[in-house]
Amino acid sequence: MDPILVLRLPRLRYVQARTVEEAAAIVGSDGGRAMLIAGGTDLLPNLKRRQFDVATLVSLRGIPGWDAITGDPQAGMSLSAGATLDQVARHPAVLSGYRALAQAAGLVSTPQIRYMGTLGGNLMVDPRCNYYNQTFAWRKAVGFCLKKDGDICLVARSSPRCWAVSSSDTAPVAVAFAASVVLQGMAGTRRVRAAELYRDDGIDYTTRKRDEVITSVEFPAARTTTSAYWKLRRRGSFDFPIVGAAVVIWWEDGVVRDARGALSAVGSHPVDISSYLSSLRGVHPDERLIAELAAAADKPARPLDNTDLSHYWRKRMTRVFIERALRDAAGLDPQAGLLTAQLKS
Amino acid sequence: MVVRTRVNGEWREADVWPGASLLTMLRDSLGLFGSKNACEQGECGSCSVWLDGKLVCSCLVLAPQAHEREVRTVESLGAAAMNPVQEAFIEAGAVQCGFCTPGFIVAVTDLLQRDPAPNEISVREALSGNLCRCTGYQKILDAVALAARRIREPST
Ligand SMILES: Cc1cc2nc3c(=O)[nH]c(=O)nc-3n(C[C@H](O)[C@H](O)[C@H](O)COP(=O)(O)OP(=O)(O)OC[C@H]3O[C@@H](n4cnc5c(N)ncnc54)[C@H](O)[C@@H]3O)c2cc1C
Ligand code: SF4
Ligand code: FES
Ligand code: FES
Repeated sequence: MDPILVLRLPRLRYVQARTVEEAAAIVGSDGGRAMLIAGGTDLLPNLKRRQFDVATLVSLRGIPGWDAITGDPQAGMSLSAGATLDQVARHPAVLSGYRALAQAAGLVSTPQIRYMGTLGGNLMVDPRCNYYNQTFAWRKAVGFCLKKDGDICLVARSSPRCWAVSSSDTAPVAVAFAASVVLQGMAGTRRVRAAELYRDDGIDYTTRKRDEVITSVEFPAARTTTSAYWKLRRRGSFDFPIVGAAVVIWWEDGVVRDARGALSAVGSHPVDISSYLSSLRGVHPDERLIAELAAAADKPARPLDNTDLSHYWRKRMTRVFIERALRDAAGLDPQAGLLTAQLKS
Repeated sequence: MVVRTRVNGEWREADVWPGASLLTMLRDSLGLFGSKNACEQGECGSCSVWLDGKLVCSCLVLAPQAHEREVRTVESLGAAAMNPVQEAFIEAGAVQCGFCTPGFIVAVTDLLQRDPAPNEISVREALSGNLCRCTGYQKILDAVALAARRIREPST
């Protein structure tokens, strides 16, 4: 390998697909060494750090209609995979019906990245880890790990699996809304619930087949819905989530008909916490109930010592961020909650 | 491969290999050294340019992705005389080592084109993709306020 003095990309072939069929045929056939590229904002830094061996990049952005956003909260909305995060964050119908989605898209990184990065690419962000998202030279010096070039996990040394962290901001929102992801491959089109797109594994993190292209994400009707996304990170810009909490509440006659939620960055997939929210049904939640549920709903969150900041603190903050998201969706001041107050004591 | 791009109003061709970034193409093939190469991974904004009118990090655009598209770089600003943003940066003392400056000039120009009277929250948000290691940002915020005022009331 060439000495990597600067972060340059490896030698590769670049193909601009004209149709989804063409893109699927190329990624499905190229011996597993072709990858799709949308905005490139996750893929290119990773490639510069030699996290993948890629021979061919197949670009999706020239496909007609690739960034369309259609529908409305009354009937449900369909967002093309190529819609940029900036488009999603500012779209009036998304803001009114699917506020958590607009919030999550708007909280990704920086303006530059949001103009480039797409919704489809965001759902497929490669799970992250402090031992993995490093330059080739760094990883070589420290020792390679399971996820790339090595044979042990440096975070949990006796673990047979990789615990890299699902770090997408929009994925937990799609899971909480029970959105559907439409995938088109060589054999045709299928549709899966957002939660079914993911596997609990830091390496093999998706059920998407190699030849499949995500074409759109469909959000169900959201007439009487409120939602919120709360994100913890070190800096208010740039940084990936180290905890993200998405909550959706469906209302009926002033009480909760159903509530769902999911977490980012506390496992190798978006962690569904909906079952912890079921006692909201049929009531108008007050702050004690919200604090009680939030304190229990962090149970499936298992932060490890492989992202920014201490994992004990991230675990402690998970319940606080669930509380903030729930309060936000229930129309209460998000930061005036009982669990937030406990932090200060 | 040959990439044909309209750069600052002029169609240019560059013979690049497919893994070249737009930033490398601008600097190494087209001799436009204004866009700076610092982190090469989207973390600093010093390579900011406009691609089809949108502010992007040119280190994260593949040169072939810019084929048949429109790129504007910091060199398009103030070719004849400095633009108000450039003047304000100098007057407010917002330039120290200067490495981040071209990226900031592009990002501030982008902001003021969209919103000529931004409040401080909008300014901070719009510049959140640009890092500066020297100034501590306060003088950059002062420069933006000064530039915005000059653009609204050219005689001040
Ligand atoms: C400095 C920096 C900070 C960042 N911070 C955040 C953050 O806070 N939160 C966050 O969520 N992300 C963050 N990101 C990651 C990234 O910018 C976003 O996730 C973005 O939405 C990725 O979209 P993209 O179109 O650029 O994807 P790409 O980089 O083009 O692709 C990413 C992955 O998705 C696959 N892919 C893309 N489109 C499709 C499709 N239609 N069908 C199937 N597979 C597809 C690609 O093959 C690749 O594996 C950050 C990136 C940078 C550089
Ligand atoms: S969790 Fe372990 S195997 Fe996975 S990327 Fe991190 S160190 Fe490597
Ligand atoms: S060099 Fe492109 S963002 Fe730093
Ligand atoms: S002036 Fe030196 S980095 Fe900004």
